[in-house]
Amino acid sequence: MKRRALIPYLLLAPGFVLLAAFTHWPTILSFWSSLFTTARGRRPSVFVGGENYAAALSDPIVLKVLWNSALYAAVTIPASIALAFVMALWVNDRLPGRGFARLAYFTPTILPMVAAANIWLFFYTPGFGLLDQVLGLFGIPSTNWLGSDQSALWAVMVVAVWKEAGFFMIFYLAAFQAVPPSLGEAARLEGCGRWGYVRRVLIPLVAPTTLFIAVNALINAFRVVDHIFILTGGGPNNATNLLLFHIYETGFKFWDTAGAATLTMILLAILGALAAVQFFLLERRTHYR
Amino acid sequence: MSGRTPPLEAVAAWALALLWLAPILFAFWAAIHPPEYLTKFDVTAPLTLVNFERAFAAAPFAQYMLNTAILVTGILAAQFVLCTLAAYAFARYEFRGAGVLFSLILVQLMVAPEVLMVENYATIAKLGLVDSLAGVAAPYVASAFGIFLLRQTFRQVPKALEEAAVIEGASTMQVLLRVYVPLAKPVYVAYGLVSVSFHWNNFLWPLVVTSSETTRPVTVGLQVFASVDQGVDWAVISAAALATSAPLLIGFLLFQRAFVQSFMRAGIR
Repeated sequence: MKRRALIPYLLLAPGFVLLAAFTHWPTILSFWSSLFTTARGRRPSVFVGGENYAAALSDPIVLKVLWNSALYAAVTIPASIALAFVMALWVNDRLPGRGFARLAYFTPTILPMVAAANIWLFFYTPGFGLLDQVLGLFGIPSTNWLGSDQSALWAVMVVAVWKEAGFFMIFYLAAFQAVPPSLGEAARLEGCGRWGYVRRVLIPLVAPTTLFIAVNALINAFRVVDHIFILTGGGPNNATNLLLFHIYETGFKFWDTAGAATLTMILLAILGALAAVQFFLLERRTHYR
Repeated sequence: MSGRTPPLEAVAAWALALLWLAPILFAFWAAIHPPEYLTKFDVTAPLTLVNFERAFAAAPFAQYMLNTAILVTGILAAQFVLCTLAAYAFARYEFRGAGVLFSLILVQLMVAPEVLMVENYATIAKLGLVDSLAGVAAPYVASAFGIFLLRQTFRQVPKALEEAAVIEGASTMQVLLRVYVPLAKPVYVAYGLVSVSFHWNNFLWPLVVTSSETTRPVTVGLQVFASVDQGVDWAVISAAALATSAPLLIGFLLFQRAFVQSFMRAGIR
């Protein structure tokens, strides 16, 4: 091999070794340890094949967690994308004070989720939190938003949407600025109203941006659980327990490494399936062109 | 269509902006007033910094901030070096396995290190890096996102520039450092801002790895502080929450345009 042929491998080596050590290798290890029991005390770990998966998928808590995660993704993703679109539309218009509006929409993105969640915890406090005080003005009685099975997951979702919408707004804003102004004028000349323009011109034009945002939102929906630690700790009765939070609990609170590895593989399978769907959508889009 | 906003929509836009700021303004109010004004919104309420003083006296937030500052700078410096080298290999060399290696790297975009935290913790433990800033940083320094972004940028550099440098006798490293890196400066700035904000805010993995005051970043410090029996001292918790976000918030307010453009640039692939 000529010396020059080695150069790219040498350039790549430090980064690739580290990346493999914290992405590929742990994936393989996770799969391997999901096939064994967790060693406890004098009981060594034994090979059990797919039994951990069977146990996980018949565990009511795991099923609850999977359901929560699915609902969380199904609600927060469309909600934050729709809000981001509307925000970008407004901030892109000649709205009076649009600098302020853009600042207001984007600021939650900059805050650490842990700080934001603490602020929301205060906001949600039964009795003297701002939410209860405002609702009190309309005669709505004090509610323990985070403490009740019915409302806790929704309260958590509100925080997630609040945190993410402004971030996604930026991408729509960039996409809108790339739309030629002549399209808007043509639409006006054709007698197309504002709503018609948005629906028939803008939404189809920024479809690639929407797809890009959706992929990001999906990854985040399964990856960001910081607010759960602060707001609810997964409770009440696992009402707000999401998959990655449950992996943390299983691995670092119950010290059940095999169980955590099994759940990790389930999460990886979900992410992999989503990646496949995304790939399929992108392929289809290029065929259209 | 960038026309004038209909009045009804303008009102809605303003209402949403206020709604979006409300939790932050509420926390800000609580932080700068004595606790008895926590929920009494009175413009004549006296201002005070006592809540910040009490937060900093109750927990070593200065130490936490220092830890975070060291952490984000260290991660960023290491990311710049590793991602630059790898991106250069992909952008300017043809080598066997390039496609496969690149796809393997992109896997990290989907599977973040914290998703594999249980196994990654075991790795960090084997390396003896538990409860160290190096342990917090290690999984993130080889960033698929950084490699991808820089590879795209390096590809747009005209090859003629490189050839000219080689004719002048520049080595591989000199070409990279004198030609490619300076031309990619805006991308480094954009990536740097995104990386710093991400790691300033990162919580789950640092929570797993750190366990002492000398290593905890602010996010973990804030969680420990707020959960360990602060009762319901919301004024102090609000002050702590705002103080931990302050460096980023102030930076953002000062360099709003740079932030927004960086997030845009880094996002559009």
